[in-house]
Amino acid sequence: MKLSYALPLAGMVAFSCFAAAAETVTVATVNNNDMVIMQRLSDAFEKSHPDIDLEWVVLEENVLRQRLTTDIATHGGQFDVMTIGTYEAPIWAQRGWLTPIADLPADYKPDDLLKPVIDGLSYKDQPYALPFYAESSMMYYRKDLFDKAGIEMTDQPTWDEVHDWAAKLNDPDHGVAGICLRGKPGWGENMAFVTTLVNTYGGRWFDMDWKPEIDSRAWHEAINFYVDLLKNYGPAGASSNGFNENLALFSRGNCAMWVDATSAAGKLYNPKESKVADKLGFAPAPVAATPKGSHWLWSWALAIPSSSDAKDAAGEFITWATSQDYIKMVGEKEGWTSVPPGTRESTYANEKYQEAAPFADFVLDAIRDADPTDSTLKPSPYTGVQYAGIPEFQAIGTQVGQMIAAALTGQMSVDQALGSAQRATQRTMERAGYIK
Amino acid sequence: MNKPRAAGRTVGGLRPLALQAPAVTLLFLWMIVPLAMTVWFSLQRYNLLMPTMAGFAGLENYEYLFTDPALWTSMINTLLLVGWVLVITVVGGTLLAVLFQQEFFGRGIARVLVISPFFVMPTVSALVWKNLMMHPANGIFAWIAQLFGTQPVDWFSSLPLTSIVMIVAWQWLPFALLILLTAIQSLDEDQVEAARMDGAGPIAIFFFITLPHLKRAISVVIMIEMIFLLTVFAEIFVTTSGGPGLATTNLAYLIYIRALLDFDVGMASAGGVVAIILANIVAIFLVRLVARNLED
Amino acid sequence: MNHSTLKRFAIGLLAWVIAFIIFFPIFWMVLTGFKTEVDAVSDPSLIFTPTLDSYAEVQQRADYFKFAWNSVIVSFGSTILALLIAIPSAYSMAFMPTKRTKGTLLWMLSTKMLPPVGVLVPIYLLFRDTGLLDTRTGLVIVYTLMNLPIVVWMLYTFFKDLPRDILEAGRMDGASTLQEVLYLLMPLTLPGIASTGLLSVILSWNEAFWSLNLTTSQAAPLTAYIASFSSPEGLFWAKLSAASTMAIAPILVFGWLTQKQMVRGLTFGAVK
Repeated sequence: MKLSYALPLAGMVAFSCFAAAAETVTVATVNNNDMVIMQRLSDAFEKSHPDIDLEWVVLEENVLRQRLTTDIATHGGQFDVMTIGTYEAPIWAQRGWLTPIADLPADYKPDDLLKPVIDGLSYKDQPYALPFYAESSMMYYRKDLFDKAGIEMTDQPTWDEVHDWAAKLNDPDHGVAGICLRGKPGWGENMAFVTTLVNTYGGRWFDMDWKPEIDSRAWHEAINFYVDLLKNYGPAGASSNGFNENLALFSRGNCAMWVDATSAAGKLYNPKESKVADKLGFAPAPVAATPKGSHWLWSWALAIPSSSDAKDAAGEFITWATSQDYIKMVGEKEGWTSVPPGTRESTYANEKYQEAAPFADFVLDAIRDADPTDSTLKPSPYTGVQYAGIPEFQAIGTQVGQMIAAALTGQMSVDQALGSAQRATQRTMERAGYIK
Repeated sequence: MNKPRAAGRTVGGLRPLALQAPAVTLLFLWMIVPLAMTVWFSLQRYNLLMPTMAGFAGLENYEYLFTDPALWTSMINTLLLVGWVLVITVVGGTLLAVLFQQEFFGRGIARVLVISPFFVMPTVSALVWKNLMMHPANGIFAWIAQLFGTQPVDWFSSLPLTSIVMIVAWQWLPFALLILLTAIQSLDEDQVEAARMDGAGPIAIFFFITLPHLKRAISVVIMIEMIFLLTVFAEIFVTTSGGPGLATTNLAYLIYIRALLDFDVGMASAGGVVAIILANIVAIFLVRLVARNLED
Repeated sequence: MNHSTLKRFAIGLLAWVIAFIIFFPIFWMVLTGFKTEVDAVSDPSLIFTPTLDSYAEVQQRADYFKFAWNSVIVSFGSTILALLIAIPSAYSMAFMPTKRTKGTLLWMLSTKMLPPVGVLVPIYLLFRDTGLLDTRTGLVIVYTLMNLPIVVWMLYTFFKDLPRDILEAGRMDGASTLQEVLYLLMPLTLPGIASTGLLSVILSWNEAFWSLNLTTSQAAPLTAYIASFSSPEGLFWAKLSAASTMAIAPILVFGWLTQKQMVRGLTFGAVK
């Protein structure tokens, strides 16, 4: 088996390439805007590195994740650069599937990277991926509608306040929903938001013995609140809205409030993409019983699988795509609101960025303030704000997400949904050997 | 089966064996290698994400699978999906075949339009239905609802399984139509004419002449569609991801959850074995019935 | 207007309305591909300024022709291979049936009912060790085997319906099996073989599970192309429609051109 995966690809590349010396780097990435820009600008990389050819595999997030996991877990060796998140990096690193990041060139300035972000991509203090962009979560609201209704935004809104505001602002006859929130099932979709809500209500996924706590009081309170809020003041079809759908809704002016990723700010402030650019306000993510874990931390990062056969060339590419120069290039060519946010201190120190993006400091604080190692009121055995950093969580989160979506559409009551979510999670944890 | 056969043709069964050999051997390998691997893995503790937790598991995977409430829901969903799509496509296909058999202006072009959905890849048709037709804000259906001043239906959350059935039936109705239209063309016109002379109305002709004539074609449609409908996946993956709850999780999708979200190869394999058994049970009931029709 | 022309007119109208309704989603998709993103999400309208912007942007992001070429090679390659394997075995099943023939056929068909996702990991490991990942050869092999049961079964039904005396006459003249297949069986059943092949091409072209999971960049066909445009950020309806239109256009036109042939073949065998 060892011999077999070295053979085929190496052989093919050598025969098929006209420029015999060129090395091919296969980059797998998500079809998000920032990555599409990266693909477009990569001509510059190929010009400055004539000995490297880039092959792009751009897929939607779900397909990509499944494709990459299959390949890396079986040592398929199909990719040289993988786009992964804060969730995957430590888990995959622990299994020895990723190449440690070492010997970064001096002009890369690794100290410039935001600490919580690079920490999230490390395992035992060793980084295994370089951050491409990073985000926390916050609240967006429509200043004009708040003014009209005579509502004053507070420095740190609470969920109870948000509930009252949503009731006042909800105006379906004019196509404005009081609040938009994620409802589309998936561990990276509705559960990312729901987990922060549960955190701030004082709940957690597991107790210190890895027993799931989904039927606890905090979960009941949080989910009842969520279902009630969205059912009464949410947009039609809330259960199929994920990040993208809500972004489209908010930028068309269909939502009065929206709590979601900070990475949406650049798009909402860009008048070319958004009708509400001049009416946009922002506030910290609302809190309830505790501020802990009320806003998440996530980054999309570039990593090199240990099964890659072009590690050096892949290293060249990922340092290029996450460098200060790359950020500068995007700012100059695509406009400063389009630069990949949340990764470097220098981005936030840049005057041009500050000028174009009034939300900059705010996002920086939210990212600095998020602590994946301490995100729940009662202690928890896992890391991660909006997820639990164990391999089983993808499946658990997605299953529970389905139950919550069913509660949202009224196919199940909240009690039923949380009950079956608890049972399903219990089963999975027993099977995985966490609970004896 | 006692049709004339040249003497000496099957001596030792050698020639048929040699001729069938390539396809049968290949299929046998295709079937048996993954099947054997599936059965083997289904008895193992094997999770791609947990390389350290490996070893023989006995029937543990099956025990987990059969105590999983999702299994029964998904089986019922599978049967509902297959059943409804079959009913819609066979009934609709037969009626449309009769209609498109008539002479009318531009018949050739109209036929081409009607069979087109069959050529569209399932992913694309699911995307088109989800984003352009059934979208609660921008979809055509929502727009029509607004024209009539009613609240747009949020298809995938309020009528999830119905929506999936609609999409799948839209893809397979043209196939049924194509086959049934072909079959109806070989209907003996004299027989129909004779019946008409005897005073039979169009409805009587349909039930006593057309329908019996189509029996075999309908069997073919049921058989081929069933093979594909039992493993419907792309439409669910693109639109509802099996939800809300488990409302649109069929067996193929449940196995997907186990195999590619859990990466629990052992459990997914056990699911695969169950799927094969289910397929064969269905095959015994339905395909046998169909096959008998095919013999005549 | 007399009674029968009125009736014919009514039938024609009904048929056209139904045809239009069934075709509408495809029509709307093609139309949306020529809109701007803003028009695409505005209220449905037939009047808009057509633009090729979405096509240009889609093409800039992924080279359509590379994907399309892979689709062509893989679907036709696998179809030819499947026919080559299936013809002899369907022949022997139809003309020299044994006790096990029917059982074999049923079993072959039931292999198609196994959800492919159940065997992904075993197949992925197998492909990795044989170097078939991301190769068109690998995909051709998978598709050939995937379609073989249907192909064998369809051919079997065509062959079984052949008038036997023709073959008997050939045998009297001392034709060998090969000659029998080549000179008697093939010409007589060509329409059937053609329509089986067409069906197999369509099924391979539209297959979206194996093609996504076993290819990376070199061998990726159009189904993988679509996966890079589905549900991205921001407004995407027009771009998605443009990409979808391009992905189905070749097979749709192919289907339109060959549907008569397909119908002729089917009349011959399975559904006579």
